[in-house]
Parts: sequence; structure tokens; C-alpha cells
Amino acid sequence: MKINNSQKYWRANLGIVFLLLLFWFLSSFGAGILFSDYLDKIKIGGFNLGFWFAQQGSIIVFVFLIIIYCILMNKLDEKFNKEKN
Amino acid sequence: MDLQILTYLMAGTTFSLYIGIALWSKASSTNEFYIAGGGVHPIANGMATAADWMSAASFISMAGIISFMGKDGSVYLMGWTGGYVLLALLLAPYLRKFGKFTVPDFIGDRYYSKIARFVAVLCLIFVSFTYIAGQMRGVGIVFSRFLEVDINTGVIIGMAIVFIYAVLGGMKGITYTQVAQYCVLIFAYMVPAIFISILITGNPIPQLGFGSKVLSEDIYLLEKLNNVLTDLGFDNYTDSTKSKIDVFCITGALMAGTAGLPHVIVRFFTVPKVRDARASAGWALLFIAILYTTAPAVSSFSRLNFINTINNSSYEKTPEWFKNWENIGLISWADKNEDGIIQYGPGNSHEPVKPIFSKQRGINGERIVSNTLTENENEIYIDRDIMVLANPEIANLPNWVIALVASGALAAALSTAAGLLLVISSSISHDLMKKIFRPSITDRQELFLARLAAAVAIGIAGIFGIYPPAFVAQVVAFAFGLAASSIFPALIMGIFSKRVNSIGAITGMISGLLFTSAYIVFFKFISPELNLPDNWLWGISPEGIGVIGMMINFISAIVISSLTEPPPDKIIRLIDDIRTPE
Repeated sequence: MKINNSQKYWRANLGIVFLLLLFWFLSSFGAGILFSDYLDKIKIGGFNLGFWFAQQGSIIVFVFLIIIYCILMNKLDEKFNKEKN
Repeated sequence: MDLQILTYLMAGTTFSLYIGIALWSKASSTNEFYIAGGGVHPIANGMATAADWMSAASFISMAGIISFMGKDGSVYLMGWTGGYVLLALLLAPYLRKFGKFTVPDFIGDRYYSKIARFVAVLCLIFVSFTYIAGQMRGVGIVFSRFLEVDINTGVIIGMAIVFIYAVLGGMKGITYTQVAQYCVLIFAYMVPAIFISILITGNPIPQLGFGSKVLSEDIYLLEKLNNVLTDLGFDNYTDSTKSKIDVFCITGALMAGTAGLPHVIVRFFTVPKVRDARASAGWALLFIAILYTTAPAVSSFSRLNFINTINNSSYEKTPEWFKNWENIGLISWADKNEDGIIQYGPGNSHEPVKPIFSKQRGINGERIVSNTLTENENEIYIDRDIMVLANPEIANLPNWVIALVASGALAAALSTAAGLLLVISSSISHDLMKKIFRPSITDRQELFLARLAAAVAIGIAGIFGIYPPAFVAQVVAFAFGLAASSIFPALIMGIFSKRVNSIGAITGMISGLLFTSAYIVFFKFISPELNLPDNWLWGISPEGIGVIGMMINFISAIVISSLTEPPPDKIIRLIDDIRTPE
């Protein structure tokens, strides 16, 4: 079966979402919870790194993830609309 | 100027601002009432979403809770913001493309079933009322402490304000008042945080002050806090004490719950295009992150300040704020060793934890509690909810800052209450009446019904405020657990699966809902004495059980769907349509 444009768009979309969710998981559940105690041994200024991720770092990562998502999706939309025309 | 006059002045000014905006942006059709005509700018929507989402819990309670939980409190920070990533990446753009009015609209149409719609409406109403109860307690605390009016009068004033702009203005009125409320609340949160950060660390940015050294001492703030706490017998502030699996599940439940909250989702229906929905999720999280990255700094500052001011100081010489909060009943002191000096330490100072005051005063002038005193040395009970409100007073900031914080707390509570009232009213007028029971009503009748439902909902919320249910803290776990185990999976599968059909989705929602509520009801209401880690399923607390409920929902929906007929072609076309950009 030939893959049409919308299917290609949808796959690219899922790829972007999956990649970003991976970073979402790593920064919060990973650095903030699972490996947090380990990261706590590293100190940056007054922060233990694991503690910092749990209370501030993960939130900052989240904001960037959504911004990157907007940029990538807007590009993907443009590409898709060009190919369609 | 006197604190009370200042508070009246600031609260009065902000309230007139909200009413003014509401009158200017009155809704005249159901379209404007439900989704503000769909023409809200993404930045304005981002601010409105931030105010809608950040409730009395975020503004008043969160920093206080973290202040006493230390690293364990991080679940709220990560959970309540991480949910936005899910919302932005998995829900908002598709639901905007779908382009209807309510969350049950999507569930009803996608699963081609009135039963699915009805189940969604039930979940939505339960989640939303649970939430409103919490807002009303916040309004009550602020009014009774700062305006020194009766709590009931305070609640009625708050209700009247919300009535004007939610009933008249609908979503359109709410959106623009929420923009103003965001500005008020973020300013009110940041000003004292900046002041205190400068006082303690010399750094004007609280997020950085949090990781800086204490002024004129060669020690980092967090290190000092750890030292002070361990000297008193507490655990380190920066170490976690809860089990990893529980922290993991609570964070997960809060994230999925946040992404499944109807009053937040519906905000993304108000922007013109799909790309605006994505952008406004980004703006919303940015605006939220300003408060959420400040909160943990406020937590550590206030804990340190509190201990320094109170511990080992004589009751007679304690500052005014201590006695004011004691008079309201949110602080108690029992002089166990009869030395007239306050000792603070780990453990509860008495059982039950909340103070029950007798009419008498002790020899130092303190209120006598009739609770059984415990063996430990701690003499202090402090309600966690007061930390943010008392923080500026503890740090000796000028009165106008304290008045500002009070207005900010009111803005946070009222903006969230209004957003919730709107989704309740639209689910009744639109989903129950128009779509299920009385499809023949006209747009004007529907609009009237929406206003009527909003008015009734405000009445019920008011009753919650005047007779605050004692279970507010417990039901918050409920709201997130239910949203995570019922609404969130149904939405995700509706977008990302073409195979899940109506019977699968209904089974999934009901089984997730039943499991989660049974677990929470058992541990929180039926047998609270058994609510201990040893009795929990896999060590997961009722706060985190929504994650398991969510898994049950996903699995049962997928299994049942694969055993039954796939959805009809017109549904497949609907899914294709929401997946394609405009």
C-alpha cells in the first residue's frame, strides 16, 4: 500500500511527540525521582542536582519542550501544506 | 496605613476591575458563553489558562506543603506542571481541531454514544465540585484573617463577584477577567518572594536565591536549612523519605489528572486555530512556571524564617502574626515543659493533630487546647495553609505587601472557581439538556439554561464555603485520581487509536473510575486507620492510585474493543480529520 501524505504527516508527528515525551520522562521521573539520589551527589552552587531537578529543573525543561514542539510542528504543518498544494 | 484598610482598598480595587471587565465582555450567544467566540489570542489564553489552573491550592497551600515536606513535596511541582506537556503534545491541538464546546462533546461524538457522554459528564461534575470546595476554603481563610469579617460574609461576597462575571459574561467574561487575575496573582506572589530573597540571600531573583549563600554567612541556604532541621531532629530538607514507587505514582497521577481536567482543556477551545492551541499551551506553562519555580524557594525561605523567629523564643515576645493566626485557630502552642518558651520539633504536638481549643487562656495568654498532648518535645501546631499568607508578616515586610498577597490569593481562588463553574454549567445545559434530554431547545433557551445552571452551581459552591466539608484535603486526591483514571485515557485513546470503540471506552472509563474511587473511599473514608504503606497495594498511596486506575482503563478498553466491532467509518473519518492540520 502506498503511504499517502497524511499518513506521512501523522508518522512524523508521532516521532516528534515520542522524542519530546522521552525528555519529559527523563527530566521528571528520571532525574527528579528514579536517579535523583544518585544525582544528589553532584552539587551545583547550593543545589544538589537531583533536588534541583525535582523542584526546578524539570519545570524549566517542560517549558522548553513545549516551545520546541510548537516550532517543530509549525514547520511540519508548512511542509505538509506545501506538498498538498 | 492600617493593614485592614489597605486590604479592603486593594481587594476592592481588584474586584471592581474584574466586574468592569465582565460588563465590557458580556456573552450574547452560546458560542460566546461556552468558548468566548473562539477568538482569544494565544497569549491572552495562556494567561487565562494559568489563572484558571493556578488555584487557591497553588497560591496558598503548595509552598506551605513543600515547606514541611522538603524534597517529598516535589511531586506537586513536577506533577502539576508536567501535566501541561501531556496536554500540549497529546490533547490540546487535536481537541481544538475537533472544534466543539465541551469535553463530553468529544467523548460523546468520538465514541458515538450518549452513555459515554453521560459518564463523561458525571466524572466532570464530580471532579469540578471537588475542586470548587477547595477554592471556597481558600476564600474563607483570606477573608477571615485579613478582612476580619465573618467567613460566611466573605464567601457571600466572593460568590456575588463570581456570579456577576461568570453568569453574565460566560467564557468571554471569564477569559478577560482571568487575564487580569493572572497579573494580580503573579505580582502578589513575586513581590514578597523577591523581598524575602533579598533579605535572606541578597539575591533579588528567588529562583537563584534558593541556591545561594545566606547573607553574611559562608553557608548555602539549603545547607543551613538542613543543619537547622537536623539539629531539631527532623530529616534533611533536601532528602526524600517516601518510597520511590509511591512518589512515582503520585507524580504520574497528578500529571495525567492535570491533563484530564475539563476546565483546563476547555480553555484550548477558545483560540482561533490549532497552532494557536499549541502556542497557548506553551504560554500557559511559561506563565505557570514563573510561580512554580518561585514556590520551592518560598518554601525554603519560610521554613527557615519560621524556625528562626519562633523556636526558643518566649511566647510573650512573639510577633503579632503568631497570635493572630492562633486566634483564628490555625496555630496552637501547648507549653509542655511550662517554661513560657516555644519549643519546635518533629512529631505532632497533640492528638488529634488539629487543635481543639477550650475557652480558657494559659498563664502566658496562649489559647489552651483540650487535645491530648503527646510525649515529644514539639509544642507547636501550624496549619500548612498559612505559610504563604503569613510569610510576609514573618519576614516583617510592609503592610501593603501583606494586603497584596491577600488580593492575590483571592484572585487565584476566584479565577479557578469561575472556570470550574463554567464547565459545570456547560456540561449541564449543553451535554445533558441539549445533547441528551432536550435536543429541541433553541440557542437562546440553551444560553438561559447555561446561566441558570451557573447560578445554581454558584449556590452549591457557596454552601460548600459556608459549611466547609472537613474532607476537602482528602477529596483533592479524588479529583486528580478520577480525572487521571477516567477522562484522560478516554481522550488519549479517542485521538491515538482508531480501534477503540464505544463499548470499550465506556467499560474502560467505568472500570478505571470504580477501581480508583473504591480504593480512595476505602483508605480515606471507610478505614482511615488502615491508611498505612503496609496495607497499600504495591505500596501506592490513595494519592497515587489514579495511575493504576488509568492502566486498568487503558487495558480494559483495548481488550474489550479488540473483541468487538471496530468503530464505524464515519468515526474513522472523524479521527483522520482531527489528526490532519487545517
